[in-house]
Amino acid sequence: MARVLLFGRLRDIAGWRERDFAPAERMSALKALIRAADARLADAIEGPGVQAAVDKALARGDVALAPNAEVAFLPAMSGG
Amino acid sequence: MIRLLTEPFDPGVELNAFSAGRTVTGAVASFLGIARGEAGQPVALELEAYPGFTEQAIAAFVETAIDRFGLQDAAVIHRIGPIAPGEPIVLVLTASPHRREAFQACDYLMDYLKSRAPFWKKEHGPDGAARWVEPTGRDLSDIARWG
Repeated sequence: MARVLLFGRLRDIAGWRERDFAPAERMSALKALIRAADARLADAIEGPGVQAAVDKALARGDVALAPNAEVAFLPAMSGG
Repeated sequence: MIRLLTEPFDPGVELNAFSAGRTVTGAVASFLGIARGEAGQPVALELEAYPGFTEQAIAAFVETAIDRFGLQDAAVIHRIGPIAPGEPIVLVLTASPHRREAFQACDYLMDYLKSRAPFWKKEHGPDGAARWVEPTGRDLSDIARWG
């Protein structure tokens, strides 16, 4: 199982904040599962400025995912 | 020290607590950001964080600021959740032996918070429309100043 968390506009696009997906060994496999469920969300995740974090650390590229990984997709950030 | 708060805070109390007992600090600089209504129209803000990740990311950046400017200490207090116009959103405090480094580090930390810190900010306009705020060109050129 992989737990996916969405933030900012990604959450509005998907209509959910947190969801469990079937186990995926790599980021690419998880993204394929997301695409099968919601192509519009998958496109947004691949869009410019979106970063991924695996177990609360930024992750680039097709990283391996541990069982029960927490994967967060983070659109452009702005605080202050 | 990094704190994310869901309730309003008193900047004066925080500044006093941060400054108290410092005998070798010559300078404490502070920046207070306040939720602003656009053109006289009240606009409600909503700030989202990624609990655990957001604090870690800010703490790592505060450490780089402490090293870069030779600070004695720094603190970031940031609101999350719904924020009404006029309420403080963010307070940055820096302590150093001399004023220049304290001012610069405050500026540096705010530039980071505006465009790199893991927050997502939604504006609710007076017409009920909501939009996600992303860093402006000005925010990006501000952070680029620091190399």
